[in-house]
Amino acid sequence: MEGGVAYENDLNLKETELRLGLPGTGSTIEKGVSGARNNKRPLPETREEGGANGKPDAQHDDQENAPAPKAQIVGWPPIRSYRKNSLQPKKAEAEAAAGMYVKVSMDGAPYLRKIDLTVYKGYPELLRALENMFKLTIGEYSEREGYKGSEYAPTYEDKDGDWMLVGDVPWEMFLSSCKKLRIIKGSEAIGLGCGA
Amino acid sequence: MITNKKPRSSDTDSNYMRDDRTEMSEDDDRSPPSDSIANGSCPTRTCTPGSGSGSGSGSSSIPEYSAPYPDRVLENVLENVLWFLTSRKDRNAASLVCRSWYRVEAMTRSDLFIGNCYAVSPERATSRFTRVRSVTLKGKPRFADFNLMPPNWGAHFAPWVSATAKAYPWLEKIHLKRMSVTDDDLALLAESFSGFKELVLVCCDGFGTSGLAAVASKCRQLKVLDLIESEVSDDEVDWIMCFPDTETCLESLIFDCVECLVDFDALERLVVRSPSLKKLRLNRFVSIGQLYRLMVRAPQLTHLGTGSFSPSEDVAQGELELDYVSAFAACKSLVCLSGFREIVPDCLPAIYPICANLTSLNFSYANISAEQLKPIISNCHKLQTFWVLDSICDEGLQAVATTCKELRELRVFPFDPREDIEGPVSEVGLQAISEGCRKLQSILYFCQRMTNAAVIAMSKNCPDLVVFRLCIMGRQRPDHVTGEPMDEGFGAIVMNCKKLTRLAVSGLLTDTAFAYIGKYGKIVRTLSVAFAGDSDMGLKYVLEGCPRLQKLEIRDSPFGDTALLSGLHHYYNMRFLWMSACRLSHQGCQQIAQALPHLVVEVIKHEDTVHTDDYADTLYMYRSLAGRRHDVPKFVSIL
Repeated sequence: MEGGVAYENDLNLKETELRLGLPGTGSTIEKGVSGARNNKRPLPETREEGGANGKPDAQHDDQENAPAPKAQIVGWPPIRSYRKNSLQPKKAEAEAAAGMYVKVSMDGAPYLRKIDLTVYKGYPELLRALENMFKLTIGEYSEREGYKGSEYAPTYEDKDGDWMLVGDVPWEMFLSSCKKLRIIKGSEAIGLGCGA
Repeated sequence: MITNKKPRSSDTDSNYMRDDRTEMSEDDDRSPPSDSIANGSCPTRTCTPGSGSGSGSGSSSIPEYSAPYPDRVLENVLENVLWFLTSRKDRNAASLVCRSWYRVEAMTRSDLFIGNCYAVSPERATSRFTRVRSVTLKGKPRFADFNLMPPNWGAHFAPWVSATAKAYPWLEKIHLKRMSVTDDDLALLAESFSGFKELVLVCCDGFGTSGLAAVASKCRQLKVLDLIESEVSDDEVDWIMCFPDTETCLESLIFDCVECLVDFDALERLVVRSPSLKKLRLNRFVSIGQLYRLMVRAPQLTHLGTGSFSPSEDVAQGELELDYVSAFAACKSLVCLSGFREIVPDCLPAIYPICANLTSLNFSYANISAEQLKPIISNCHKLQTFWVLDSICDEGLQAVATTCKELRELRVFPFDPREDIEGPVSEVGLQAISEGCRKLQSILYFCQRMTNAAVIAMSKNCPDLVVFRLCIMGRQRPDHVTGEPMDEGFGAIVMNCKKLTRLAVSGLLTDTAFAYIGKYGKIVRTLSVAFAGDSDMGLKYVLEGCPRLQKLEIRDSPFGDTALLSGLHHYYNMRFLWMSACRLSHQGCQQIAQALPHLVVEVIKHEDTVHTDDYADTLYMYRSLAGRRHDVPKFVSIL
């Protein structure tokens, strides 16, 4: 595009041009639009949480008038993260999916915890992690009897809002439908039954 | 200037306008150039000669008159008169007349406004002003919104809530902007102020739904609960359920920024038992079918935020068949519409019945095209405030210009805020708006390309401009037709727009642009600069030329110590100066700190930046009576 190049070629025109400038100004206008002009070195690509400040735009680097380094700059353009995230929620969700955090509550515990389900390869790992986190025993899952005999049973809320026993469905299905986890007393788990 | 109005505690009329005010820029509330709080100590002049300090006075021809001492009479008169003085600026001036006036003004001030929460300590403020009913506090500087400030920098509400809880148990209103508020703070607020009526949190963070629950359940007189662009964490508490079961006083409930589900049935019941409700802005978890149910319950609404404006995923067909047109038609008082968070454009025609009444329309979360906009906007003859996404393109803006002759405020946000894309709006849209909307007062315009000609045209066509914020998203882009810097365009703005008080510049700018600002921007109060200027001269022009400058925020521009030092004469008149990624050295900042003892000079270090130790990453400095603050995080050093 035009831009930087045309500016340089027009220097002579500039000097004879009628301007509103103050006396003494306009004569030594520094040319060049490189990023070195301001001492900002481009930051390493900094993503705002779920932010849509976007992908590196290597494919758009052919504009001459753009500053040389085109890495993403923090806080530019000046749009609040809330607005960015709201406009590109699919992107935000996609980024959040790389790391699937769900809340875990336990009856009687004052605080919720959050865990990333994607770090576990299957139910056994998940259950061990929960046992460690809350210092309790969950025991073994059996299809017919659930967690019968254990002090605690892990349950989860699925996409439909129903509370299910952890372990009833295949792991992949669980990953895609689990919204949050809740560890309940073993005695209360009887109502949840077995099987999906 | 004494007004005729009665002093108001929480007046619903002021609420009506206030909603727009919280969305408008800070500068629209006209803060005085020198806040007398910062000028601090009592004046030394005395009152008129003749009223001495008590015992007897000059006019001796009133024998045996058992009146109170003359200056006591004066104080009583003053007290009665000063109650009517509502403007902050007038009150600050009045307080400087003499000791007596200072004292009486302090006793009669009911609205306390603190533009920088670190400029004065809560103890000092509460001991001077003893009968305050409303507190407004502003915390972090605006650039914190764009992640330029590390988290946990400060602006904590906690010391303020505890001081005001002791000093003003009758407090009715708290309005916070960019403050860190915790759930404990909100719980204390709810406990301490039995008559509490209004809570407005703009761009705040640090709290969650449990804090909201405390306010909802304990503040029985609550009229206004407005959460605007704040970050609210989901504590799994259904705060809507916490409102009392009885009829409420609610007039305004704004929670469009709250990113958690609320129990809809509870919300519906709340709306039913809130007969005074005029303003309701729903979050995106409310579907259009649910919106319908609320609208038929509350046809008296004046301000509505529509939530997602799309059908919910799992509800069946039923939602699409509801008579939305009638629901909107029934809301005859609706003047302000927003929301449309996940809009399904097919649903848009539902709002046709009320377009003609609308004075404010916010489509800035709605990805709609020009074609989808036109049938709506062509009916919006009374529109004064319009926020929209650039998805409507120049063509959409032309449609706006054709119809909206009363437009005062326009904001065009980018759907895709990257730097190097083509961009759907340009100088064409700006030119059209300038020609069609002659009464324009405030504009925020994001674009990828612009010309000086269009900016100059706007400067001539829109003489009422008070706020001009142009963001050419590609850094240092020149005029894309001529290749020139954007100096002439911005120069024309400061030259021709005689009412301009707020300016944000962008694009390729040389020191010339700043020379213009310094020469013509005599009433500019807020200036925002990014990636602009050539040398120290740029900043010097501004600091030497703009006597009303209050708030100056600069990033990534080549201004150094010499320029910084040229503003020494002015910094006490400013609320703050922000300079990040410029060419300031620690020594330069130190010099300022030494020269101006009432200035707090913060140098903020950023972890991310690959920077040498020579330059200060970020300078944030502000006048203060409180001295260095006690809650300094480790990445901040106060010089």
